[in-house]
Amino acid sequence: MPASITVSSHPSVQYLLRIGDTCLIYAQRLGEWSGHAPIVEEDIALTNMALDLIGQARALLTRAGSLEAELGGEAHDEDQLAFLRDERDFRNCTVVELPRGDFAVTMLRNCALAIFLKLLWERLADSSDAEVAAIAGKAVKEARYHHEHAAGWVVRLGDGSAESAARSKAALELLWPYFAEIFEDDVVDDAALASGLGPRWSALADAWRAEFGAVLAAAKLEPPVARAFRSTGKSGKHSEHLGFVLAEMQTLQRTYPGGVW
Amino acid sequence: MSETKNEWPLWEVFVRSKAGLDHKHCGSLHAADAQMAIQLARDVYTRRQEGTSVWVVRSDQITASDPGEKSSYFDPMEDKVYRHPTFYALPKSLDHM
Repeated sequence: MPASITVSSHPSVQYLLRIGDTCLIYAQRLGEWSGHAPIVEEDIALTNMALDLIGQARALLTRAGSLEAELGGEAHDEDQLAFLRDERDFRNCTVVELPRGDFAVTMLRNCALAIFLKLLWERLADSSDAEVAAIAGKAVKEARYHHEHAAGWVVRLGDGSAESAARSKAALELLWPYFAEIFEDDVVDDAALASGLGPRWSALADAWRAEFGAVLAAAKLEPPVARAFRSTGKSGKHSEHLGFVLAEMQTLQRTYPGGVW
Repeated sequence: MSETKNEWPLWEVFVRSKAGLDHKHCGSLHAADAQMAIQLARDVYTRRQEGTSVWVVRSDQITASDPGEKSSYFDPMEDKVYRHPTFYALPKSLDHM
């Protein structure tokens, strides 16, 4: 089995990994719907979105890896970063690694994340890093569609039958505490703001609350009350679920290093 | 009709491949409402860059000719080649038409 790689702890690299890993792990979760969605049309839609997210993750991990070299470290390519990092070196928000759940969980999480990523890409389009700005310019269009698609479902389910409303409410209660982590800054955010790489994520919180809140209101769902619980995926301390995601995602490259088809 | 509504209605999908061309029928799909039909049509039928515009219409809103009347509807045209405008001598300047 190939040894795991160690990644630069430079805040700019970490900032890009947070976004790239969030897209990557969430794509992995969404991909689980392939062949299992309630109708074939939605199956294709969810898989399309997973592939959009994979594309975004590839671009960002590639940039993170080349940035490592520019900063004087060892360069890594997208595959090394995706397949040869240990759980503690993943920087995704915890919410994306939670099990895919039912359709209410999937669509609420899609909606919340799509709005967040859309707001983030909009800001990253002005990044001081030209490559990141170019990635953002393309990704924002994808995120806008993901938002529209998921929001339709959140409203349909939340304001639907008694069963779908109850499941939506339960899904929101489950996910809500994990959203807080996204908007809490640390030194990585400060450095990104200072270098012009990207915004502090806390700067997106108000817009996210307004947009997600509007969807919830249309779906007749109440935002749950804030809790003290904080997830810590962005700093590498994950829930028990990420290990299983990585085991499945990495097994092929770990077993057949460099294998291609 | 008394059958239970446990299936979403069927929609016919029309895709325009590029500006200036017609929307062409490319298939059908199930969706709960028009908005969902447009979104799913986008995902099912234009994911390989096939389109720049999509129309959807409920399949039950289409009135079609009766296949049983095919012979009386369409066969009589078989021997009426004079309806094609190919028997006119065109001016030389238009000859390439």
